[in-house]
Amino acid sequence: MAEVSNSLSLVTVVLFLPVVGLLVLLFMREKTQLETIKWTAFGFSLATFIASILMLIAYDSGEAGLQLAERHDWLPQFNISYYVAVDGLSILLVLLTTFIMPLAILSSFRMGVLQERGREKLYYIFMLLMEWAMIGVFVAQDLFLFYVFWEVTLVPMYFLIGIWGAEERIYAAVKFFLYTVAGSILMLLAILFVGNKAGTFALPEILAMLQSGDLSFPMDGLLSTQSLLFLGFLIAFAVKVPIWPLHSWLPDAHVQAPTAGSVVLAGILLKMGTYGIVRFNLALFPEASLDWAPIIAVFAIIGIIYGAWVSYAQTDVKKLVAYSSVSHLGFVVLGIFALNAQGIQGGILQMVNHGISTGGLFLLVGMLYERRHTKALDAFGGIWKVMPVFGGISLVVVLSSMGLPGLNGFVGEFTILLGSFGSEHFNGVLYTFFATLGIILAAAYMLLMFQKVFMGELDKEENRNLPQLHWQELAVLIPIVIVIFLIGIQPSPFFNLMDASVGELVARVGEAATTIASAAP
Amino acid sequence: MESIPRIVPLVVVFPIIGLIINLFWGRRLGEKGAGWVASVAALLSFAMSLALAGYLVSNNFQAAIVNPPLIGEWIHIASANVNIPWQMRVDTLSVTMLLVVTGVGSIIHIYAIGYMHGDERFARFFAYLNLFLAFMLILVLGNNFLMMFVGWEGVGLSSFLLIGFWFDKAKGEGLKNSNAAKKAFIVNRVGDFGVLMSIFLMFWTFSTLDFFKPGEVVNTHLAEVSHGEEAAAEEAEAATPEDESHDAEAAAAEGEHGEVVALTSNDHLELSEMGVFGQAERMLEDNQDVTFGPITLSLKTTITLITLFMLLGVTGKSAQIPLFVWLPDAMAGPTPVSALIHAATMVTAGVYIMTRSNVLFVEASFTSFLVAIIGAGTAIMAGYIAIAQWDIKRVLAYSTISQLGFMVAAVGVGAYSAAMFHLVTHAFFKALLFLGSGSVIHGMEHGHHHVHEDEHGADHDDDFDPQDMRFMGGLITKMPLTYLAYIIGTLALAGIFPLAGFWSKDEILADAFTHGSDGHADGWIVLVLLLLAAGFTAFYMWRQVEMVFHGKPRSEAAAHASESPVIMTGPLMALAFLSIVGGFLNTPSILGLDQIFGLHRMTTWLEQSVVNAHAGEFQPLIAIIALGLALGAIAVARSVYGGEKAVTEDGSDPLAKGATAGLWQMAHTRLHWDEFYDAIAVRPYNATAYFLANIVDWEFLHDYIHNAIIGRGFKGLGDVLSKPVDLGIIDGVVNGVGSVIRRLADWMRQSQSGYVRLYAISFLLGVVLVLIILLIPMINQ
Amino acid sequence: MEIGIGAYVVLSAVLFTLGALGVMLRRNAIIVFMSVELMLNAANLAFVAFARQFNDVNGHLFVFFVITVAAAEVGIGLALIVAIFRTKKSINIDSMNQLKG
Repeated sequence: MAEVSNSLSLVTVVLFLPVVGLLVLLFMREKTQLETIKWTAFGFSLATFIASILMLIAYDSGEAGLQLAERHDWLPQFNISYYVAVDGLSILLVLLTTFIMPLAILSSFRMGVLQERGREKLYYIFMLLMEWAMIGVFVAQDLFLFYVFWEVTLVPMYFLIGIWGAEERIYAAVKFFLYTVAGSILMLLAILFVGNKAGTFALPEILAMLQSGDLSFPMDGLLSTQSLLFLGFLIAFAVKVPIWPLHSWLPDAHVQAPTAGSVVLAGILLKMGTYGIVRFNLALFPEASLDWAPIIAVFAIIGIIYGAWVSYAQTDVKKLVAYSSVSHLGFVVLGIFALNAQGIQGGILQMVNHGISTGGLFLLVGMLYERRHTKALDAFGGIWKVMPVFGGISLVVVLSSMGLPGLNGFVGEFTILLGSFGSEHFNGVLYTFFATLGIILAAAYMLLMFQKVFMGELDKEENRNLPQLHWQELAVLIPIVIVIFLIGIQPSPFFNLMDASVGELVARVGEAATTIASAAP
Repeated sequence: MESIPRIVPLVVVFPIIGLIINLFWGRRLGEKGAGWVASVAALLSFAMSLALAGYLVSNNFQAAIVNPPLIGEWIHIASANVNIPWQMRVDTLSVTMLLVVTGVGSIIHIYAIGYMHGDERFARFFAYLNLFLAFMLILVLGNNFLMMFVGWEGVGLSSFLLIGFWFDKAKGEGLKNSNAAKKAFIVNRVGDFGVLMSIFLMFWTFSTLDFFKPGEVVNTHLAEVSHGEEAAAEEAEAATPEDESHDAEAAAAEGEHGEVVALTSNDHLELSEMGVFGQAERMLEDNQDVTFGPITLSLKTTITLITLFMLLGVTGKSAQIPLFVWLPDAMAGPTPVSALIHAATMVTAGVYIMTRSNVLFVEASFTSFLVAIIGAGTAIMAGYIAIAQWDIKRVLAYSTISQLGFMVAAVGVGAYSAAMFHLVTHAFFKALLFLGSGSVIHGMEHGHHHVHEDEHGADHDDDFDPQDMRFMGGLITKMPLTYLAYIIGTLALAGIFPLAGFWSKDEILADAFTHGSDGHADGWIVLVLLLLAAGFTAFYMWRQVEMVFHGKPRSEAAAHASESPVIMTGPLMALAFLSIVGGFLNTPSILGLDQIFGLHRMTTWLEQSVVNAHAGEFQPLIAIIALGLALGAIAVARSVYGGEKAVTEDGSDPLAKGATAGLWQMAHTRLHWDEFYDAIAVRPYNATAYFLANIVDWEFLHDYIHNAIIGRGFKGLGDVLSKPVDLGIIDGVVNGVGSVIRRLADWMRQSQSGYVRLYAISFLLGVVLVLIILLIPMINQ
Repeated sequence: MEIGIGAYVVLSAVLFTLGALGVMLRRNAIIVFMSVELMLNAANLAFVAFARQFNDVNGHLFVFFVITVAAAEVGIGLALIVAIFRTKKSINIDSMNQLKG
């Protein structure tokens, strides 16, 4: 493990740049400085992105452990510290966050609902607060600190939905809030238990203790300590992911959230769940992970098929995309619980891919909404003829989401399915057979959406004179298209980033498997 | 010489450059510019392919593996031992496909400049064509299954874009076109599912997806042939791999061919140094078991599974039973697309990939049997349906399905060389026929416009369909060049000596015969079915010729049709030439023709990269039967449809009446395949989707579980807490305290009279009281 | 003849009682006011007497304070009475019972 320093680390810089921006915004006046507010928010999110690129450069992909770590005592009487660092599991997700946020903020500039409801300064403050908390979730190495960030993300999202959402925004915001909080309370209990037993909340220390045998959570049966702790974490994460059947909050939240809210929600927030599973469930409770893997994988596969199938019948574009997330994240969860390097690396890459392609889809839907003020599939048709560039970009994003080889989605899905096929912990062939059916269904609903919106005769008068893309909209979409191609054609650098860390994690799980095998002759 | 293969990435790069130019600057280039940019890109690729072919010939067919510069690794996970590079393979098989794709592709590009004239998205069309070329070339050039899969799905995408190219046509046509496009993509995805599964199986069996690795000898059998005393190619096939490798090793030791072929066996290689096929051959020697997690399968079973899943993909892409249903609908695309994608190239990808994987298919006898049956079944079924179609392109579509059935059946009986041979000749004459039909449609549309030019404002004849053969007839005089081309294509397809189709079809039949004689039942089944299908082929093609070109014009449009411009007829002539001579690529020893054209040229070329390729022995009897059947069928068609009888007066087919009515009707309704899938797949899927979405997810999970149980339960708990508990107990306590205080206050309030004097008195009393309290202790003292 | 401290204290008590009775029994605000003054001065007398008795200057000090406070009180009190008189046309103290609870 790299040494932990007290001095300022790049991770902290990345983490706190949005906060600086937020503080600057506080001193601006909405009435007179609206443009400055917008561009300041964008500027700080962009600066965060640049800082995270610097962080990437400073990162050594050959090393498995935590890097760029920084640690200070926070509540020493409870063994809680401010402890941040990145490793192969999290660095891509930090980059995803810092990549999506400037785009989400830029896309907000042209969001009608902001001008309609006002309080724009507050909006951008919430966006930056959101960014801070999300980066925090990905870099926190202290269980308690993680939990704090985890909960903080709820607040801005609650208000983003609740203030700037659609008609039933209050219902959706409350539902979102309650579901997540209900899940995370179990996690808090588990965290407190683990922290108390270990005498520290610092994850690396706990892992080291587990490794050396100084600390162990007994695992004998599905109701033993480790299993319960595992479930405590898992349920919190499963709600967030969401793993079927805990997804009921998702369509509401997505449909009601403003465009940028949906982008952040689908693009980054959901990944906190899958990331948590990799970071905490697998690392802390490898034995329980092994025992639960076949069961959770079944849920994941049901989610893949169910989400795709339900998407197909939607009449609201946003809802369709929302349900597609259930399907896509089913793939991620399946990959993670394949518990081999292919599956987990594919899973992590697919988190990034899903963030980009589904984030992109929500941006596209938002742009349509700004023009037509409806999200009903039937209201469109033949848009490709009116907006050829928009149609072309949408096609790329739709194909990426469908997993067309050569684009990013395929690389992730393929690696995940490759992993699950060869998984030693469940019947990989059978499981993968059903999971792979998901790609057929994905084509069905994605093409249905594309066809209904972009193809067919241009028979609706309102659609005839839709304005072309504004340069700000292009500026939002083009980076997404570039990354879609980049990951699709050259995923190796991305795999390299996580290879060492995932390798270590897989070794940890493998060790547990061997121990179990030798213990039960 | 060594550096020549390095140009292979350019083959793909040229179309991509063309695509980019047309995508971004196409509108500014204008029609001519856009069309020629794309065509030149295709032609440059063709030139590169020729150079590669030249390299192979002059370099003793030594295959080359090329890593393109700039992009190297693709999916590389070091710790998981996954390494799937972007890697291209130049060998005789891939170069054969290259030549067909870029050659026929270039011709069709040029033709399309004329055909698409006046289309509002002209440049976009050519961008898509280039996109298709790029993906198709990736498909054939990839040195591993996953790169092949990139092309495989990519051509599906291009096909989607091009079928739906006229997505905005009025009167619901646009919707129909986009539906056809969507259908093609989704049905192909079903096939892709199979390909993916077979890829997973292969990866976990061989831990690589490479076809071959650098340094590996592809065809060790061939080494045996060239070193053996006087061994004929046929005998090499008969030998089992076990004998083979030993002999090859021995041969290598002798080093007769030392200068060119340094090694003739792979025995010095570790398993991990070999690709999928080499490993499969080696591992089959001791038939090890393969484990997938908790499952253990024998290698034979695994290979059978791999090939079965691959077969599913083939039936999707190459339009075989049961997944062929997308191809007839795909005719919604512009005709050059039908020619390029849905006849000549993309649909043959299935045949290509089976030929590429011949090592696996040969070992999987069950799959091979199934392949043969599916191919032959498809051939006859589609041939039968084609007899009773009115749409000129739909006939050709079913014909394509039928001919693909021939190729697939050939693979099934182990005739890889024959399958590839038919693939090549079919590309020539089917592209020719499609382009010819495009020319006809073009002429008909012209005639239609010509007729209606005079009547301004009058409603156009809404029933008119330029593709419906009932409106045609007598075009022989209007479009002589097109007629000539069409006749050549028809005869070639029907298998008339000495046109291309005769040779390739005959080789398939001969191989089926040999296969049957070797004691395989499927050989005989294939032979009989294919012979029948060949009869059907000649019949429906001649029916088409009669309906379209002979007789009298049956519509104003046909009467005023005009010949297409040179830019369209020129490509027709080129393809017609190829359809005539294409058969001599693989001439058997007959009539001394092999003296002129060389004996089995194509087979000798192919067996350098297709381990199990072998030349079919010419069977004069079979050839004569096939030829007789074809000529007979043409004669029957002529007697039924010849002269003025092509369409009866009430606009139906002569066969639709009388004894043949039932049979004709069955073919005309296309055996209800679409309705069948609608009933067993589409409608149940939709219904389930609505059920899941509206009932299960929304009403049950969302409204019932969430809102009713969780939501109302929460609220119910809240009510219990708030009313009896909170109001009754907690509020009770609080309110109780409150009311006591209020009553006290009421009582005490009375003392507040507001009279200052009373307050003063109370002051005084208070002081007195305090004094008394202070004084009491003193008194006690 | 030396007049003893007792005489002063008795006088002071008498004056205070008179003042207190006046405050409690009379209804004329001016008279109540004067009675208050009487009570204050009774207290002053007691202060001075005891200061003299114990030779302590603090008693005198307090007397000055009381006189000052009394003066201020008279100022405010008279002003209040004038204000009340303007609104009520009366200085009957019983008519001022608006603070009744």
